[in-house]
Amino acid sequence: MTSDETRIAYTLRLADNALVLAQRMVETVAAEPELEEELANANFALDYIGQARMLYTHAGVLEGKGRSEDDFAFLRDEHEFRNFLLLEQPNVHFGDALVRQFLFETWYLHLLEALIACSDRGLSEIAARAIKEVKYHSRHSSQWLVRLGDGTELSHERVQASLDDAWRYTGEMFAADDIDVAFQRDFDGPDLATIHRLWQRDIEKTAAEATLRLPESEWMMSGGKQGRHSEHLGFLLAEMQYLPRSFPGATW
Amino acid sequence: MTNAVSVAQVYEWLGDVPDPEIPVLSILDLGIVRDVSIGDTVTVTLTPTYSGCPATEVIEQSVLLALKGHGLDDVAVNRVLAPPWTTDWITESGRDKLRQYGIAPPSRRREIACPQCESLQTELVSEFGSTACKSSWRCKDCLEPFEYFKCL
Repeated sequence: MTSDETRIAYTLRLADNALVLAQRMVETVAAEPELEEELANANFALDYIGQARMLYTHAGVLEGKGRSEDDFAFLRDEHEFRNFLLLEQPNVHFGDALVRQFLFETWYLHLLEALIACSDRGLSEIAARAIKEVKYHSRHSSQWLVRLGDGTELSHERVQASLDDAWRYTGEMFAADDIDVAFQRDFDGPDLATIHRLWQRDIEKTAAEATLRLPESEWMMSGGKQGRHSEHLGFLLAEMQYLPRSFPGATW
Repeated sequence: MTNAVSVAQVYEWLGDVPDPEIPVLSILDLGIVRDVSIGDTVTVTLTPTYSGCPATEVIEQSVLLALKGHGLDDVAVNRVLAPPWTTDWITESGRDKLRQYGIAPPSRRREIACPQCESLQTELVSEFGSTACKSSWRCKDCLEPFEYFKCL
């Protein structure tokens, strides 16, 4: 893999994470438990869509084959997406969606921090822009985790179950493969071992405050970063890509 | 003849382009105009407030339309990300306009003054308001609810 191919692949992973998460969040629009939550969720989803657009555009420019942000988002198939398995899991209930946000955003915040210092100028600028938003998203998900975990007996029990369920998807966020290693080496990219330590420290602190127990299981699912997805991604893409695929080239 | 126009003139025209979400603010008040350059093309450099701000494209279109409306044929908008926008770039007059409009402007102080009665006896209702940039507050003196433009 050339160094350009490395950074294109790396950028697309980040873009796919942002887009797939945004699509999952959009599914809950008009179904949130209260108005404030409705607004917060929709505004956060917009931030992730904005980040995905910048990242896809950056990948398209690096690739130089004229692919647009829409081409990446709407005209690729399931196996070409490189998002984490965690992000494509269905919302099910508020606690499940919340735990997904919390686990991912804690990781993403540290990743963006490290990415600001990378030598790819486009990614560094996008990271500096995005981190301001993600800090605020992460505050939201941490606060909710504490409110639910340290809430009623029922909310505690349910959000603990959400955490136990989601845990198996967290491993691949820290498992460095060839692309992560090459990006770190060639572009002063993030070191996933460091990010793992920071993530662990942060979630232990919030979980303690939320009176939640972190799962001890070490067995982890993986494959999202390599394009091997759970069955849920296909359905998500089918809905998201329906219009551009049915009416190619349609514009507003 | 696009290059007959001065940079100051272009800035004056941009002062009439409103922010679509808070129309009392112009894009100059908001601090998102980063540069104006005049060559064969008049280029206005803008930076988005938030990655997902749905107004970004509307603003770009409004800038093009406004300048074309003033007789410039060859105009372009350039989008830059760095340095990222901060609420510190909202001008003093922009802050006054926000207050008059009923939105408390971003402040580094701990207490947020009510834009209606200036009381500092206010409380946060929701940190996550109607748009990503605002939170919802209530004044304990005049009892009016108001929005606060958060620091970013």
